[in-house]
Amino acid sequence: MNFGNISPCIIALVFSVAFTATQTMASDAETPREVYERVGCWSCHGYEGQGGRHGPAIARAPNNYEAFSAFVRTTSGDMPPFTERVISDQDLRAVHSYLQSLPEPPPTSDLSLLQDVYPE
Amino acid sequence: MMRQNKPFNMAPGRKIMTKKKEANASGSGTLDRRKFIKGVAVAGASAVAVGESAKAAVLPQHDPTHPLPSALRPSAQIMAAESGSVQEAGADGSPGTVSGKPGSDFMVDVVKTLGIEYVITNPASSCRGIHESLVSYGGNVMPELLTATHEETATAMGHGYFKVSGKPLIALCHGTVGLQHAAMAVYNAWCDRVPVIMMVGNNTDAATRPPGTPTLHTVQDPGSIVRDYTKWDDQPGSLQHYAESMVRAYKFAMTPPFEPVLISIQEHMQEHEIHSAKPLTIPRLTTPSFPAGDMNAVREAATLLANADFPVIVVDRAARSQQGMQKIVELAESVNALVIDRYGRMNMPNTHYLYQMGGAALRRADVVLGLELTDYWGTVNDFSDNVAQNVSSNVSPDTKLISIGVGDIYVRANYQDFQRYQPVDIAIAADAETTLPSLVEAVKATIPSARQAAIEQRGVEARRNQAALREQTLAEAAANGWDVRPISSARLSAELWAQIKNEDWALVSRDQSLSFWPHRLWSFENHHQFIGGPGGQGIGYGLPAAIGAALGHREHGRLVVNLQNDGDFMYAPGSLWSAAHHNIPLLNIIYNNRAYHQEVMHMQRMASWRQRGVENALIGTVITDPNISFAAMAQSMGVEGIGPIEDPNDLSEAIRRGIEVVKSGDPVVIDVIAQPR
Repeated sequence: MNFGNISPCIIALVFSVAFTATQTMASDAETPREVYERVGCWSCHGYEGQGGRHGPAIARAPNNYEAFSAFVRTTSGDMPPFTERVISDQDLRAVHSYLQSLPEPPPTSDLSLLQDVYPE
Repeated sequence: MMRQNKPFNMAPGRKIMTKKKEANASGSGTLDRRKFIKGVAVAGASAVAVGESAKAAVLPQHDPTHPLPSALRPSAQIMAAESGSVQEAGADGSPGTVSGKPGSDFMVDVVKTLGIEYVITNPASSCRGIHESLVSYGGNVMPELLTATHEETATAMGHGYFKVSGKPLIALCHGTVGLQHAAMAVYNAWCDRVPVIMMVGNNTDAATRPPGTPTLHTVQDPGSIVRDYTKWDDQPGSLQHYAESMVRAYKFAMTPPFEPVLISIQEHMQEHEIHSAKPLTIPRLTTPSFPAGDMNAVREAATLLANADFPVIVVDRAARSQQGMQKIVELAESVNALVIDRYGRMNMPNTHYLYQMGGAALRRADVVLGLELTDYWGTVNDFSDNVAQNVSSNVSPDTKLISIGVGDIYVRANYQDFQRYQPVDIAIAADAETTLPSLVEAVKATIPSARQAAIEQRGVEARRNQAALREQTLAEAAANGWDVRPISSARLSAELWAQIKNEDWALVSRDQSLSFWPHRLWSFENHHQFIGGPGGQGIGYGLPAAIGAALGHREHGRLVVNLQNDGDFMYAPGSLWSAAHHNIPLLNIIYNNRAYHQEVMHMQRMASWRQRGVENALIGTVITDPNISFAAMAQSMGVEGIGPIEDPNDLSEAIRRGIEVVKSGDPVVIDVIAQPR
C-alpha cells in the first residue's frame, strides 16, 4: 500500500483509531452476560452471580457503579484487584449492568424441595 | 434389594482331604494338633476364624465395652494347615513342580491371622507367588482378591474402605512401577491418618532374577520410595522374618496415629518351597492400648473449658466412631461450646444446635479446644492469598488455646503436612477419641455452680441462632440460581436430599465443590454418613476411595452417594470398572463443571496480579472441546450412565433411576453439567 505523502503521524492516528474502534466494536457486539463470562467473574461468583464457596453472591449488584468499580479496582482482600488494564471500564460497566439485570429469586415458600428440609 | 457380597466358591472337584486326614477319620489315632506341614507351627496365633466377622478387631483395648478376647481360637485355615488337611502344592513330586509347601502359602497363613478381608491388586509378576496362594491355597476368602486397574486405585480403595469399616486392607503391587503409581494414594492416606498395608513384590537376588523387565522392576530398597509418608516398612529376609514383620506392620498401622505401612516380599521366598531349619511360627498380634492424654493436662484443659465465657471446640479428624462423635456432643453440651467442624471426619451432627460451619465463632472465643486438627495455625489465623500475603488472627491475643492430637506424637520432616507451627497453651499429645471420656468427666466435675446460668444462656443463644441460620440458608438456596443452566449446586443438593433422606444413606466424598450445600441442607447425624476427604488433597482420590468406602457400606445395605468432581474422575476412571466387576453399588453424581476449576481461579489470580490476560485463564485448565461424556465412559465399563443432565428439571427422574440401579446392587453414573461451585 502506497501512502504517498501522507504524514506518518496521521497514518498512526488512523491506525490507532481503527484499532480502538475494532476493540470497541467487539465489546459492543457482546451482551453484558458474554462480557461477564469473558472477563471471568463467573469462576468465583457463578454464572448467575449467585455466589459460591470462593465468592459471595453479587447478583443484583449495588446501584452505585462508582462504588462497585472502586471495589473491583482496588480490593486488597482474598479477591485480587482487576485494574483497567485487565478489565476496561466499558467491560466493567457491562458486568455491572448484567448483575443488575438478574431477576429476584423465587420465595422459598414457592419451592417444594425447600420445604421440610430440616428435622423438627 | 442391595446385592450381598458373593462368597468365593472353590473349584469343583478340589481335594481337601490328605491321606493323614483320611487315616484319622478312620479312627487310627489322635491327631497331634501341634504338628504342622513341613515343620510349620502356630504359637498362640491371635486369629480370626475364616468367615467370622472381624468387626471388633480395631476397637481400642481400653474400651471396656469392647474388650478383645485374650485368646482366640485358631482360624479354620490355621487348623487345616496344622492338621495337614490342605492339599500341598506339588505334593506328588512331578518334574518341574514345587515339591513342598510354597513360601507364599505360609505368607497367606500369616495374613489370615490378621483378619484382613480384602487384598486389592493390579496384578504384578513380582507378586505372582502370593497372588496364586491367595486365590487357591487361601480359597480367595478372608482375604478376597479384588482387581484394580491402577495401583493408585487399589490404595485409594483401601483408604476409603478403612474410613467406613475401621479395618485395613492390603494393596498388593510391584515394588517399583506399581508402588510408584500408588505413591500419591499412599501420601493421601498418610495425611489422612489412614492405615493401608502396602505389600510389594521385589527380588533383590540377581542370581535368581530373570533379565529384562523383572530386573527393570527391581529396587534395592522399595520402602524408600514412600518412606517419607509411611509409618514403617520392612523387606524380610526369611519367612520367619516375614511373619514377624507382617504382624508388626499391622500393629503399627493400627496404633494411633494410624498410617500406611509397607512390606516387601521377595519373589524367591514366595515361589519356592519352604526350607526352614526350625518350625515356622506366627507371632501373636497384640495391639497396644491407644495413647490417652496425661490426666494433669486433661484437668487443666477441663478447668479452662468449664470456666470459659465463650468456649469453642474445633474438630477435624476427631471422631473415629459413633461413640467418639457422641463424646464430642457430650463435651460440647456440658459447657454449651460451639463446635466448628473442619470435616476431616464425621465429628458432629450438623443438626445439633451447637454445630457450626465456618470459623466466625472463633472471634468471640476465650478458650479454643482443637481436637485432631490438621492445621491449628490455619484454624486460628487467616491467610489472604493476595500479593501482600496478609495474615490476621482469628482469635484475640488473650484466647487460650488447647490442642489434643496425635500430630505431636509422630511426624516426618520432609513432607510439610504438619503445617505451620502454632503456639498453644496446653498441648496434649494423645489420641483425641481415647482422651475424650476422661476430658468429659473432668469438665463436668469442674464446672462451678455459679457458671451454670451462663452455660445455659449460651445454649439458648445457640438454638436461636440455629433457627435463624436455617431460614437464611433456605433463602440463599432459593437465590442460588435455582432454575439455571448450568445446574446450581444448591439445586442439585436439594434434589438429591429429597430422594435419599428417608434411606439409610452415606456420603463418601467431600462437598466442597458444591459449596458445602449438602452440609447445609442434608441432616448428617450418624457417624457412617460422612468420611472426610483425601487428606493430602491429591486429585485422583475421589472415585476409588468412594468405591472402597461403598465396599465397606455394602454389607449394611446402605445407599451410598459419591459427589464426584469431573477432573478427579479422569485420573483413575478405570476404578469404575472395579466397582462393576465386584458389584459395588454406588450412586456417582459427576459434578461436571468442565474444568480443573481451582486452577482456573489460580490463573485468574495470577493474571490479575500481573494485570494481563485474564481471559487466558482457561488455557490449560478447562476440560472442554471436546466435552467428555461420562455417561458413555461409564457404559463402556459396564456401568449404567445417565446424562449429561443440563436442565435442572431433569434431575429428579435421573436421580430416581440412579437410585433404582444402586438398589439393584450396581454402580451408576449420572453426569450433571454444573455451575463452577
